[in-house]
Amino acid sequence: MTYLHNIGTYFIMIKDIFRRPTKWSVMKPLILKDIDDLIIGSLGIVAFISFFVGGVVAIQTSLNMTSPLMPKSLVGFATRQSIILEFAPTFISIIMAGKVGSFITSSIGTMRVTEQIDALEVMGINAINYLVFPKFIALTLYPFVISIAMFLGILGGLMACVYGGYGTMEDYVEGVQMDFIPFHFFYAFIKTFVFAFLLATIPSYYGYFMKGGALEVGKASTTSFVWTSVMIILVNFLLTSLLLG
Amino acid sequence: MIEVKDLKKSFGDTQILKGITTSFEKGKTNLVIGQSGSGKTVFLKCLLGLFEYESGSISYEGKNFSELSRDEKTNLRSEMGMVFQGSALFDSMTIAENVMFPLRMFTKQSKSEMEDRVNEVLKRVNLDDAHKKMPSEASGGMQKRVAIARAIVNRPKYLFCDEPNSGLDPKTAIVIDNLIQEITEEFNITTVVNTHDMNSVMEIGEKIVFLKNGLLEWEGSSETIFRTDNEAVTNFVYSSELFRKVRKMYLEESE
Repeated sequence: MTYLHNIGTYFIMIKDIFRRPTKWSVMKPLILKDIDDLIIGSLGIVAFISFFVGGVVAIQTSLNMTSPLMPKSLVGFATRQSIILEFAPTFISIIMAGKVGSFITSSIGTMRVTEQIDALEVMGINAINYLVFPKFIALTLYPFVISIAMFLGILGGLMACVYGGYGTMEDYVEGVQMDFIPFHFFYAFIKTFVFAFLLATIPSYYGYFMKGGALEVGKASTTSFVWTSVMIILVNFLLTSLLLG
Repeated sequence: MIEVKDLKKSFGDTQILKGITTSFEKGKTNLVIGQSGSGKTVFLKCLLGLFEYESGSISYEGKNFSELSRDEKTNLRSEMGMVFQGSALFDSMTIAENVMFPLRMFTKQSKSEMEDRVNEVLKRVNLDDAHKKMPSEASGGMQKRVAIARAIVNRPKYLFCDEPNSGLDPKTAIVIDNLIQEITEEFNITTVVNTHDMNSVMEIGEKIVFLKNGLLEWEGSSETIFRTDNEAVTNFVYSSELFRKVRKMYLEESE
Protein backbone atom coordinates (compact mmCIF):
# COMPACT_ATOMS: atom_id res chain seq x y z
CA MET A 1 0.00 0.00 0.00
CA THR A 2 2.86 2.38 0.82
CA TYR A 3 4.35 1.85 -2.64
CA LEU A 4 1.00 2.59 -4.30
CA HIS A 5 0.59 5.70 -2.16
CA ASN A 6 4.11 6.87 -3.08
CA ILE A 7 3.51 6.28 -6.78
CA GLY A 8 0.21 8.20 -6.59
CA THR A 9 1.86 11.08 -4.73
CA TYR A 10 4.68 11.14 -7.31
CA PHE A 11 2.23 11.54 -10.20
CA ILE A 12 0.25 14.22 -8.35
CA MET A 13 3.55 16.05 -7.82
CA ILE A 14 4.28 15.85 -11.55
CA LYS A 15 0.90 17.44 -12.28
CA ASP A 16 1.64 20.18 -9.75
CA ILE A 17 4.97 21.01 -11.44
CA PHE A 18 3.01 22.57 -14.29
CA ARG A 19 0.17 24.10 -12.26
CA ARG A 20 -0.01 27.76 -11.09
CA PRO A 21 3.32 28.81 -12.59
CA THR A 22 5.62 31.21 -10.76
CA LYS A 23 6.17 34.67 -12.29
CA TRP A 24 8.69 34.51 -15.15
CA SER A 25 10.81 37.31 -13.62
CA VAL A 26 11.29 35.10 -10.53
CA MET A 27 11.58 31.81 -12.43
CA LYS A 28 14.25 32.94 -14.93
CA PRO A 29 17.12 33.33 -12.43
CA LEU A 30 16.13 30.03 -10.79
CA ILE A 31 16.40 28.23 -14.15
CA LEU A 32 19.78 29.83 -14.87
CA LYS A 33 21.05 28.87 -11.42
CA ASP A 34 19.88 25.27 -11.88
CA ILE A 35 21.52 25.10 -15.33
CA ASP A 36 24.74 26.18 -13.64
CA ASP A 37 24.37 23.73 -10.72
CA LEU A 38 23.02 20.70 -12.57
CA ILE A 39 24.45 20.94 -16.10
CA ILE A 40 27.57 23.12 -16.11
CA GLY A 41 28.61 21.81 -12.70
CA SER A 42 28.46 18.22 -13.96
CA LEU A 43 30.56 18.70 -17.10
CA GLY A 44 33.89 18.18 -15.38
CA ILE A 45 33.14 14.80 -13.82
CA VAL A 46 31.24 13.61 -16.92
CA ALA A 47 34.18 14.59 -19.17
CA PHE A 48 36.73 12.90 -16.91
CA ILE A 49 34.78 9.64 -16.59
CA SER A 50 33.79 9.49 -20.27
CA PHE A 51 37.32 10.02 -21.54
CA PHE A 52 38.88 7.31 -19.40
CA VAL A 53 36.04 4.80 -19.69
CA GLY A 54 36.22 5.24 -23.48
CA GLY A 55 39.92 4.42 -23.20
CA VAL A 56 39.25 1.35 -21.07
CA VAL A 57 36.61 0.06 -23.50
CA ALA A 58 39.09 0.40 -26.40
CA ILE A 59 41.88 -1.37 -24.48
CA GLN A 60 39.59 -4.19 -23.29
CA THR A 61 38.21 -4.73 -26.80
CA SER A 62 41.69 -4.76 -28.29
CA LEU A 63 43.03 -7.23 -25.69
CA ASN A 64 40.11 -9.60 -26.23
CA MET A 65 40.52 -9.66 -30.01
CA THR A 66 42.84 -12.65 -30.14
CA SER A 67 41.84 -13.96 -33.58
CA PRO A 68 44.02 -12.61 -36.42
CA LEU A 69 40.93 -12.79 -38.67
CA MET A 70 39.24 -9.94 -36.80
CA PRO A 71 40.00 -6.53 -38.35
CA LYS A 72 41.75 -3.94 -36.15
CA SER A 73 39.01 -1.45 -37.01
CA LEU A 74 36.70 -3.47 -34.75
CA VAL A 75 38.18 -1.63 -31.73
CA GLY A 76 36.78 1.70 -32.97
CA PHE A 77 33.47 0.08 -33.93
CA ALA A 78 32.98 -1.63 -30.55
CA THR A 79 33.98 1.50 -28.65
CA ARG A 80 31.55 3.66 -30.64
CA GLN A 81 28.67 1.23 -30.16
CA SER A 82 29.30 0.78 -26.42
CA ILE A 83 29.63 4.52 -25.83
CA ILE A 84 26.67 5.68 -27.91
CA LEU A 85 24.21 2.94 -27.05
CA GLU A 86 24.85 2.34 -23.37
CA PHE A 87 27.76 4.04 -21.67
CA ALA A 88 26.91 7.69 -22.40
CA PRO A 89 23.14 7.64 -21.91
CA THR A 90 22.78 4.99 -19.18
CA PHE A 91 26.04 4.79 -17.24
CA ILE A 92 26.43 8.58 -17.11
CA SER A 93 22.78 8.89 -15.98
CA ILE A 94 23.49 6.58 -13.05
CA ILE A 95 26.49 8.71 -12.13
CA MET A 96 24.26 11.79 -12.44
CA ALA A 97 21.69 10.12 -10.16
CA GLY A 98 24.43 10.16 -7.54
CA LYS A 99 25.73 13.64 -8.21
CA VAL A 100 22.74 15.67 -9.36
CA GLY A 101 20.06 13.49 -7.71
CA SER A 102 21.64 13.70 -4.26
CA PHE A 103 22.11 17.45 -4.68
CA ILE A 104 18.44 17.93 -5.60
CA THR A 105 17.14 15.74 -2.76
CA SER A 106 19.37 17.25 -0.12
CA SER A 107 18.76 20.86 -1.16
CA ILE A 108 14.95 20.47 -1.29
CA GLY A 109 15.00 18.24 1.82
CA THR A 110 16.95 20.85 3.76
CA MET A 111 14.39 23.45 2.72
CA ARG A 112 11.66 21.14 4.06
CA VAL A 113 13.47 20.59 7.40
CA THR A 114 14.15 24.29 7.90
CA GLU A 115 10.49 25.19 7.09
CA GLN A 116 11.49 27.14 3.95
CA ILE A 117 8.93 25.13 1.95
CA ASP A 118 6.27 25.95 4.57
CA ALA A 119 7.24 29.61 4.17
CA LEU A 120 6.64 29.37 0.40
CA GLU A 121 3.28 27.66 0.92
CA VAL A 122 2.14 30.22 3.50
CA MET A 123 2.84 32.93 0.94
CA GLY A 124 0.46 31.14 -1.45
CA ILE A 125 3.24 30.01 -3.79
CA ASN A 126 3.02 26.64 -5.57
CA ALA A 127 6.20 25.33 -3.94
CA ILE A 128 6.43 22.31 -6.26
CA ASN A 129 6.39 24.53 -9.34
CA TYR A 130 8.82 26.97 -7.73
CA LEU A 131 11.32 24.26 -6.74
CA VAL A 132 10.99 21.48 -9.33
CA PHE A 133 10.10 23.26 -12.59
CA PRO A 134 13.49 25.07 -12.89
CA LYS A 135 15.28 21.72 -12.39
CA PHE A 136 13.08 20.10 -15.01
CA ILE A 137 13.85 22.87 -17.52
CA ALA A 138 17.57 22.83 -16.67
CA LEU A 139 17.71 19.09 -17.28
CA THR A 140 16.21 19.46 -20.76
CA LEU A 141 19.82 20.45 -21.56
CA TYR A 142 20.96 17.04 -20.34
CA PRO A 143 21.35 15.68 -23.93
CA PHE A 144 24.09 18.32 -24.33
CA VAL A 145 26.01 16.65 -21.47
CA ILE A 146 25.48 13.23 -23.02
CA SER A 147 26.70 14.49 -26.42
CA ILE A 148 29.92 15.63 -24.77
CA ALA A 149 30.18 12.24 -23.00
CA MET A 150 29.81 10.47 -26.37
CA PHE A 151 32.44 12.62 -28.05
CA LEU A 152 34.94 12.35 -25.21
CA GLY A 153 34.36 8.62 -24.77
CA ILE A 154 35.17 7.96 -28.42
CA LEU A 155 38.12 10.38 -28.23
CA GLY A 156 39.41 8.60 -25.09
CA GLY A 157 39.21 5.31 -26.98
CA LEU A 158 41.22 6.80 -29.82
CA MET A 159 43.93 8.13 -27.49
CA ALA A 160 44.21 4.83 -25.60
CA CYS A 161 44.30 2.86 -28.82
CA VAL A 162 46.91 4.99 -30.59
CA TYR A 163 49.17 5.97 -27.66
CA GLY A 164 48.82 2.55 -25.98
CA GLY A 165 50.00 0.81 -29.11
CA TYR A 166 46.78 -1.17 -29.60
CA GLY A 167 46.15 0.02 -33.15
CA THR A 168 46.53 2.86 -35.60
CA MET A 169 44.47 6.00 -35.82
CA GLU A 170 43.33 5.07 -39.33
CA ASP A 171 41.98 1.68 -38.16
CA TYR A 172 40.20 3.25 -35.19
CA VAL A 173 38.61 6.03 -37.25
CA GLU A 174 37.57 3.52 -39.90
CA GLY A 175 35.91 1.44 -37.16
CA VAL A 176 34.11 4.46 -35.71
CA GLN A 177 32.66 5.23 -39.18
CA MET A 178 31.82 1.59 -39.98
CA ASP A 179 28.13 0.54 -40.32
CA PHE A 180 26.87 3.75 -38.74
CA ILE A 181 23.11 3.65 -38.08
CA PRO A 182 21.67 7.13 -37.38
CA PHE A 183 18.72 5.59 -35.51
CA HIS A 184 21.16 4.59 -32.72
CA PHE A 185 21.69 8.28 -31.99
CA PHE A 186 17.94 8.81 -32.00
CA TYR A 187 17.52 5.87 -29.60
CA ALA A 188 20.26 7.21 -27.30
CA PHE A 189 18.69 10.68 -27.15
CA ILE A 190 15.18 9.35 -26.51
CA LYS A 191 16.66 7.50 -23.52
CA THR A 192 18.52 10.63 -22.47
CA PHE A 193 15.34 12.74 -22.42
CA VAL A 194 13.48 10.12 -20.39
CA PHE A 195 16.38 9.79 -17.94
CA ALA A 196 16.56 13.59 -17.62
CA PHE A 197 12.89 13.59 -16.59
CA LEU A 198 13.56 10.86 -14.01
CA LEU A 199 16.65 12.71 -12.74
CA ALA A 200 14.62 15.90 -12.20
CA THR A 201 11.51 14.38 -10.65
CA ILE A 202 12.45 11.35 -8.50
CA PRO A 203 15.07 13.17 -6.37
CA SER A 204 12.70 16.17 -6.09
CA TYR A 205 9.95 13.84 -4.85
CA TYR A 206 12.20 12.38 -2.13
CA GLY A 207 13.34 15.84 -1.05
CA TYR A 208 9.92 17.47 -1.12
CA PHE A 209 8.02 14.79 0.78
CA MET A 210 10.70 13.91 3.32
CA LYS A 211 9.86 14.06 7.02
CA GLY A 212 12.18 14.49 9.98
CA GLY A 213 15.48 16.24 10.52
CA ALA A 214 19.04 16.40 9.23
CA LEU A 215 19.58 12.64 9.55
CA GLU A 216 16.54 11.98 7.35
CA VAL A 217 17.91 14.34 4.68
CA GLY A 218 20.90 11.99 4.34
CA LYS A 219 18.64 8.94 4.26
CA ALA A 220 16.36 10.56 1.67
CA SER A 221 19.39 11.31 -0.55
CA THR A 222 20.47 7.67 -0.41
CA THR A 223 16.94 6.37 -1.09
CA SER A 224 16.56 8.84 -3.94
CA PHE A 225 19.83 7.61 -5.53
CA VAL A 226 18.75 3.97 -5.21
CA TRP A 227 15.29 4.52 -6.72
CA THR A 228 16.51 6.84 -9.48
CA SER A 229 19.11 4.21 -10.48
CA VAL A 230 16.53 1.40 -10.33
CA MET A 231 14.12 3.37 -12.50
CA ILE A 232 16.86 4.27 -14.99
CA ILE A 233 17.82 0.60 -15.35
CA LEU A 234 14.17 -0.52 -15.69
CA VAL A 235 13.27 2.20 -18.19
CA ASN A 236 16.48 1.46 -20.10
CA PHE A 237 15.40 -2.18 -20.43
CA LEU A 238 11.90 -1.17 -21.54
CA LEU A 239 13.09 1.39 -24.10
CA THR A 240 15.73 -0.96 -25.49
CA SER A 241 13.13 -3.71 -25.88
CA LEU A 242 10.72 -1.30 -27.57
CA LEU A 243 13.15 0.55 -29.83
CA LEU A 244 15.81 -2.00 -30.68
CA GLY A 245 14.20 -5.32 -29.79
CA MET B 1 -10.51 39.58 12.67
CA ILE B 2 -10.09 35.82 12.70
CA GLU B 3 -12.90 33.64 14.05
CA VAL B 4 -12.40 29.96 14.83
CA LYS B 5 -15.41 27.72 15.48
CA ASP B 6 -15.29 24.17 16.83
CA LEU B 7 -12.00 23.36 15.06
CA LYS B 8 -11.10 19.67 15.02
CA LYS B 9 -7.99 18.07 13.57
CA SER B 10 -6.62 14.51 13.80
CA PHE B 11 -3.56 12.67 12.59
CA GLY B 12 -4.59 9.05 12.06
CA ASP B 13 -6.37 7.92 15.22
CA THR B 14 -4.92 10.70 17.35
CA GLN B 15 -7.13 13.75 17.73
CA ILE B 16 -4.91 16.79 18.20
CA LEU B 17 -7.51 19.59 18.21
CA LYS B 18 -10.77 18.60 19.87
CA GLY B 19 -13.06 21.51 19.04
CA ILE B 20 -11.52 24.95 19.57
CA THR B 21 -13.67 28.07 19.42
CA THR B 22 -12.10 31.51 19.79
CA SER B 23 -11.48 34.76 17.96
CA PHE B 24 -8.51 37.08 17.36
CA GLU B 25 -9.17 40.79 17.04
CA LYS B 26 -7.58 43.25 14.66
CA GLY B 27 -4.85 45.50 16.07
CA LYS B 28 -4.21 43.18 19.01
CA THR B 29 -1.34 40.87 19.89
CA ASN B 30 -3.00 37.50 20.53
CA LEU B 31 -0.94 34.80 22.23
CA VAL B 32 -1.54 31.06 22.10
CA ILE B 33 0.14 29.28 25.00
CA GLY B 34 0.20 25.72 26.29
CA GLN B 35 2.51 22.86 27.07
CA SER B 36 4.45 21.03 24.38
CA GLY B 37 2.04 18.68 22.61
CA SER B 38 -1.03 20.74 23.49
CA GLY B 39 -1.73 21.42 19.80
CA LYS B 40 -0.44 25.01 19.44
CA THR B 41 1.59 24.46 16.27
CA VAL B 42 -1.14 22.35 14.66
CA PHE B 43 -3.63 25.10 15.53
CA LEU B 44 -1.40 27.75 13.95
CA LYS B 45 -0.81 25.64 10.83
CA CYS B 46 -4.60 25.17 10.51
CA LEU B 47 -5.03 28.96 10.71
CA LEU B 48 -2.44 29.34 7.94
CA GLY B 49 -4.11 26.70 5.79
CA LEU B 50 -1.02 24.45 5.87
CA PHE B 51 -3.13 21.68 7.47
CA GLU B 52 -6.62 20.73 6.41
CA TYR B 53 -9.01 20.24 9.31
CA GLU B 54 -11.84 17.69 9.64
CA SER B 55 -14.57 19.96 10.97
CA GLY B 56 -15.25 23.44 12.24
CA SER B 57 -14.45 26.68 10.49
CA ILE B 58 -11.86 29.44 10.31
CA SER B 59 -13.10 32.80 9.03
CA TYR B 60 -11.03 35.78 7.98
CA GLU B 61 -13.18 38.95 8.09
CA GLY B 62 -16.24 36.72 7.82
CA LYS B 63 -14.95 34.64 4.89
CA ASN B 64 -14.78 30.93 5.65
CA PHE B 65 -11.30 29.79 4.57
CA SER B 66 -12.32 26.27 3.57
CA GLU B 67 -15.08 27.60 1.29
CA LEU B 68 -12.74 29.89 -0.66
CA SER B 69 -11.67 29.01 -4.20
CA ARG B 70 -7.99 28.23 -4.88
CA ASP B 71 -7.40 31.75 -6.26
CA GLU B 72 -9.17 33.37 -3.29
CA LYS B 73 -7.02 31.30 -0.92
CA THR B 74 -3.89 32.42 -2.78
CA ASN B 75 -5.02 36.05 -2.51
CA LEU B 76 -5.76 35.65 1.19
CA ARG B 77 -2.37 34.04 1.80
CA SER B 78 -0.65 36.98 0.16
CA GLU B 79 -2.21 39.04 2.98
CA MET B 80 -0.60 36.82 5.64
CA GLY B 81 2.88 37.13 7.08
CA MET B 82 4.49 34.33 9.03
CA VAL B 83 7.51 34.24 11.31
CA PHE B 84 8.64 30.64 11.69
CA GLN B 85 10.27 29.19 14.79
CA GLY B 86 13.56 28.68 12.92
CA SER B 87 13.07 31.90 10.89
CA ALA B 88 12.87 29.84 7.62
CA LEU B 89 14.92 32.37 5.66
CA PHE B 90 15.88 31.27 2.15
CA ASP B 91 19.54 30.44 2.61
CA SER B 92 20.44 30.96 -1.06
CA MET B 93 19.38 34.63 -0.87
CA THR B 94 20.87 37.64 0.89
CA ILE B 95 18.90 39.31 3.70
CA ALA B 96 17.65 42.04 1.33
CA GLU B 97 16.61 39.43 -1.27
CA ASN B 98 14.75 37.47 1.42
CA VAL B 99 12.80 40.55 2.43
CA MET B 100 12.15 41.51 -1.20
CA PHE B 101 10.88 38.03 -2.10
CA PRO B 102 7.13 38.56 -1.33
CA LEU B 103 7.22 41.83 -3.28
CA ARG B 104 8.77 40.11 -6.31
CA MET B 105 6.16 37.35 -6.12
CA PHE B 106 3.00 39.36 -5.53
CA THR B 107 3.48 42.93 -6.71
CA LYS B 108 4.24 44.65 -9.97
CA GLN B 109 6.48 47.25 -8.38
CA SER B 110 9.64 48.42 -10.13
CA LYS B 111 13.00 47.35 -8.74
CA SER B 112 13.66 50.77 -7.20
CA GLU B 113 10.23 50.80 -5.52
CA MET B 114 10.91 47.34 -4.08
CA GLU B 115 14.35 48.41 -2.87
CA ASP B 116 12.86 51.48 -1.18
CA ARG B 117 10.29 49.33 0.61
CA VAL B 118 12.96 46.81 1.68
CA ASN B 119 15.13 49.64 3.04
CA GLU B 120 12.15 51.04 4.91
CA VAL B 121 11.22 47.71 6.48
CA LEU B 122 14.78 46.70 7.37
CA LYS B 123 15.19 50.09 9.02
CA ARG B 124 11.99 49.45 10.95
CA VAL B 125 13.47 46.26 12.43
CA ASN B 126 16.83 48.02 13.09
CA LEU B 127 18.73 46.15 10.41
CA ASP B 128 19.59 48.92 7.99
CA ASP B 129 23.19 47.77 7.50
CA ALA B 130 22.63 44.05 6.88
CA HIS B 131 21.31 44.05 3.31
CA LYS B 132 24.11 42.07 1.72
CA LYS B 133 24.65 39.52 4.47
CA MET B 134 23.61 35.92 3.95
CA PRO B 135 21.24 34.43 6.57
CA SER B 136 24.03 32.12 7.75
CA GLU B 137 26.12 35.19 8.63
CA ALA B 138 23.37 36.65 10.84
CA SER B 139 22.81 35.91 14.54
CA GLY B 140 19.61 34.24 15.79
CA GLY B 141 18.12 37.58 16.83
CA MET B 142 18.99 39.16 13.48
CA GLN B 143 17.44 36.21 11.62
CA LYS B 144 14.21 36.66 13.61
CA ARG B 145 14.14 40.35 12.76
CA VAL B 146 14.72 39.57 9.07
CA ALA B 147 11.86 37.05 9.27
CA ILE B 148 9.62 39.75 10.77
CA ALA B 149 10.72 42.19 8.05
CA ARG B 150 9.90 39.61 5.36
CA ALA B 151 6.53 38.93 6.99
CA ILE B 152 5.46 42.59 7.04
CA VAL B 153 7.05 43.85 3.81
CA ASN B 154 3.92 43.25 1.72
CA ARG B 155 1.74 45.04 4.30
CA PRO B 156 -0.11 41.94 5.55
CA LYS B 157 -3.44 42.03 7.35
CA TYR B 158 -2.50 39.02 9.48
CA LEU B 159 0.81 38.22 11.18
CA PHE B 160 1.53 34.77 12.62
CA CYS B 161 4.57 33.98 14.73
CA ASP B 162 5.55 30.49 15.88
CA GLU B 163 7.64 30.77 19.03
CA PRO B 164 9.52 33.88 17.88
CA ASN B 165 11.65 33.96 21.05
CA SER B 166 12.87 30.39 21.08
CA GLY B 167 16.65 30.16 21.29
CA LEU B 168 17.12 33.88 21.97
CA ASP B 169 18.71 35.52 24.99
CA PRO B 170 16.27 37.39 27.30
CA LYS B 171 17.30 40.84 26.08
CA THR B 172 16.86 39.97 22.38
CA ALA B 173 13.60 38.20 23.22
CA ILE B 174 12.24 41.44 24.69
CA VAL B 175 13.34 43.35 21.57
CA ILE B 176 11.45 40.86 19.38
CA ASP B 177 8.35 40.98 21.63
CA ASN B 178 8.27 44.77 21.56
CA LEU B 179 8.79 44.80 17.80
CA ILE B 180 5.85 42.45 17.25
CA GLN B 181 3.61 44.54 19.49
CA GLU B 182 4.66 47.84 17.89
CA ILE B 183 4.14 46.50 14.38
CA THR B 184 0.71 45.15 15.32
CA GLU B 185 -0.40 48.55 16.59
CA GLU B 186 1.36 50.59 13.91
CA PHE B 187 -0.09 48.66 10.95
CA ASN B 188 -3.36 47.70 12.72
CA ILE B 189 -2.98 44.01 11.87
CA THR B 190 -4.25 40.84 13.52
CA THR B 191 -1.31 39.11 15.16
CA VAL B 192 -1.30 35.55 16.54
CA VAL B 193 1.80 34.41 18.42
CA ASN B 194 2.50 30.87 19.62
CA THR B 195 4.78 31.07 22.61
CA HIS B 196 6.27 29.30 25.58
CA ASP B 197 7.85 32.47 26.84
CA MET B 198 6.18 33.69 30.04
CA ASN B 199 7.81 37.10 29.67
CA SER B 200 5.90 37.51 26.39
CA VAL B 201 2.70 36.43 28.15
CA MET B 202 3.08 39.15 30.73
CA GLU B 203 4.50 41.85 28.44
CA ILE B 204 2.53 41.75 25.20
CA GLY B 205 -0.45 39.41 25.73
CA GLU B 206 -3.45 41.54 24.90
CA LYS B 207 -5.40 38.32 24.43
CA ILE B 208 -4.14 34.98 25.68
CA VAL B 209 -5.53 31.60 24.64
CA PHE B 210 -4.42 28.63 26.72
CA LEU B 211 -4.63 25.21 25.06
CA LYS B 212 -4.51 21.93 26.95
CA ASN B 213 -4.74 18.52 25.30
CA GLY B 214 -6.25 20.01 22.15
CA LEU B 215 -8.93 21.95 23.98
CA LEU B 216 -9.26 25.63 24.80
CA GLU B 217 -8.80 25.56 28.57
CA TRP B 218 -8.83 29.28 29.28
CA GLU B 219 -8.71 32.67 27.57
CA GLY B 220 -8.04 36.13 28.93
CA SER B 221 -5.36 38.82 28.91
CA SER B 222 -2.01 39.55 30.59
CA GLU B 223 -4.02 41.33 33.29
CA THR B 224 -6.52 38.56 34.00
CA ILE B 225 -3.92 35.79 33.88
CA PHE B 226 -2.58 37.08 37.21
CA ARG B 227 -5.98 36.67 38.85
CA THR B 228 -7.17 33.42 37.33
CA ASP B 229 -7.75 30.49 39.62
CA ASN B 230 -7.78 28.00 36.72
CA GLU B 231 -5.51 25.26 38.04
CA ALA B 232 -4.15 24.21 34.62
CA VAL B 233 -3.19 27.80 33.77
CA THR B 234 -1.59 28.55 37.15
CA ASN B 235 0.33 25.24 37.08
CA PHE B 236 1.68 26.11 33.62
CA VAL B 237 2.30 29.85 33.85
CA TYR B 238 3.46 29.93 37.47
CA SER B 239 5.50 26.75 37.41
CA SER B 240 8.67 28.65 38.35
CA GLU B 241 9.32 30.28 41.72
CA LEU B 242 10.15 33.57 39.99
CA PHE B 243 6.77 33.87 38.28
CA ARG B 244 4.94 32.85 41.48
CA LYS B 245 6.69 35.75 43.22
CA VAL B 246 5.84 38.12 40.36
CA ARG B 247 2.20 37.08 40.59
CA LYS B 248 2.16 37.53 44.37
CA MET B 249 3.68 41.00 44.07
CA TYR B 250 1.21 41.97 41.32
CA LEU B 251 -1.77 40.82 43.38
CA GLU B 252 -0.48 42.58 46.52
CA GLU B 253 0.11 45.80 44.59
CA SER B 254 -3.31 45.73 42.94
CA GLU B 255 -5.03 45.24 46.31
